[in-house]
Amino acid sequence: MPKIKVSDTIFVSGTKFLLLSVLAFALPAASAVAQINISGEWAGASHEDFDDRVPGDVQGDFTGVPVNDAARRYAEAFDVTRVAVLEHQCQPYNLAHIYRGPNQFRIWEEKNPANQEIIAYRIFNGTYMQPRTIWMDGREHPPEYAPHTHMGFSTGQWHGDILTVYSTHIKKEYYRRSGIPSSDRTTVTEHFIRHGNLLSHVMIINDPDYLSEPYVLSQEFTLMERGNQNWLYNCEYVMEVPMNKNEVPFYLPGDAPFIEDYSKLFGLPFEAVIGGAETTYPEYQPRLEELIRELGGQGE
Amino acid sequence: MRGSLVAAAALLSSVAVAQTGIVQSVHVQGNVWMIVGAASNIAVQIGNDGILVVDTGGSETADEVLAAIRALSDKPIRWIVNTQAHSDHTGGNETISQAGETVNGNPAAIVAHENVLARMSAEDRPTTEWPLNTFFESGRDFYFNGEAVFLYHVPSAHTDGDIMVYFRGSDVLVTGDIFVTTHFPVVDLEYGGGIDGFVDGLNLALDITVPAFQQEGGTYVIPGHGRISDEADVLSYRDMTYFIRERVQHFIDGGMSLAGVQSERPAFDYEPRYSDEELPWTSEMFVESVYRSLEPASSR
Repeated sequence: MPKIKVSDTIFVSGTKFLLLSVLAFALPAASAVAQINISGEWAGASHEDFDDRVPGDVQGDFTGVPVNDAARRYAEAFDVTRVAVLEHQCQPYNLAHIYRGPNQFRIWEEKNPANQEIIAYRIFNGTYMQPRTIWMDGREHPPEYAPHTHMGFSTGQWHGDILTVYSTHIKKEYYRRSGIPSSDRTTVTEHFIRHGNLLSHVMIINDPDYLSEPYVLSQEFTLMERGNQNWLYNCEYVMEVPMNKNEVPFYLPGDAPFIEDYSKLFGLPFEAVIGGAETTYPEYQPRLEELIRELGGQGE
Repeated sequence: MRGSLVAAAALLSSVAVAQTGIVQSVHVQGNVWMIVGAASNIAVQIGNDGILVVDTGGSETADEVLAAIRALSDKPIRWIVNTQAHSDHTGGNETISQAGETVNGNPAAIVAHENVLARMSAEDRPTTEWPLNTFFESGRDFYFNGEAVFLYHVPSAHTDGDIMVYFRGSDVLVTGDIFVTTHFPVVDLEYGGGIDGFVDGLNLALDITVPAFQQEGGTYVIPGHGRISDEADVLSYRDMTYFIRERVQHFIDGGMSLAGVQSERPAFDYEPRYSDEELPWTSEMFVESVYRSLEPASSR
């Protein structure tokens, strides 16, 4: 697992800021015995970033994502009707995306019967019925030539009461359904932090292909004491409209009709919406106000 | 400029050789293993009938490849199948063939499309490397090691002699360089390649592959270069190839010159992922090869 550097202040999920203590990351890795228990059924507290996470993002919403120029170009060519292509119909979210949906998940421990040490945490993500394993036994990540999966390959370590997980071998997908791409070279570092019946989940996403800096997100989950209602998602792809099955919808440069929908809906300058990492920092505020003034707004 | 494309395509083979690592094998599924570290990926099918090898890597690693095969099985090597003519896929032909034995007592038979033989013999490669068991139809099939083996010729893709090999019982598809996970499609125009053949070949691969669940697993794919994949990986590569082909076609239809097309950078959104600075096959070369594939004959 790589050493994780966390700055004192990091940008989290859209328009909010969150202070994270670096103290937890300085703690030595601890044995997987006698740590706080994170097993159980957890349901997303989706009021946080609700618009983004439940109904889904408005087309052209790039806010909060440190996209690079290649990601911008990719999203500009993205036609959301691509999901109608047979082979795309049953594609689930990947690890970097799945906790942003209306996800419920179940965690349970797999223990070594001889010494009761935790070998792995098993997780069943209700959204798209995605199983995942977080290996706690110190094993290495697979070689580069190993297959990728939607949930990737994960290893974990306890740092105090924070479970830190590092994942590689993740399939390509999107950070948002409007076509902000997530490459198959994405890696994800997660922190699972339990506070009573709440579980904070922090993701630090690195993508050498489509992000200019780490993309940091947080979500909250609530312990479900009376069980959970995981989705069933027995997806079966089907041709619903006669069409050439090998044609993939896309927009040519400059033709994307919905690319400014988010900007127009909220009266935000498109430059600020699509600006990437720069727009996620407080230092961007004067520039945003300037742009809004140019649009004829109040700049407040 | 066309000459530089040819040189780059040839150079890519030599760079692949230079990038060889430790030759090692990994079980893929059923009767099929993959050998990595030998300039190109090699598939090995093993059973009671003996050993079938798809591609043999570069000549520099032939002895290591043979040792890797022998570490898997001491059964006789009966068949070699070449997915194309380039030396990074056929350089080990002589070593592996001579170490093998058909049921008639000859060196292991080398099977390929007849265009591969034409290309290799024109290059003055040693006759012991030539595939002398050729076919000219759209495909061939036979039964070996308890499963049907299908050879699909894909006209004019990477070259004019490309074939994909499908092991029906093991459910493993070997694509040669029609599908790779490491770089943009290499359209070797001098060897009869073309962008439309690439798209057709990738569509054929999508037809053959069937995911097990939610676009994951099921049929596994051994690419010409890169990691073990499945349909979802082929899908994203097909989409990329298709989009760039369509964009270049759009610019050509608008009367744009090659220089104009290059200035539009139609592969820009995929450059971070597939344009490795260590490889000589750049984004510009790929775009030019697409342009040359599509430009009307009258403008050449």
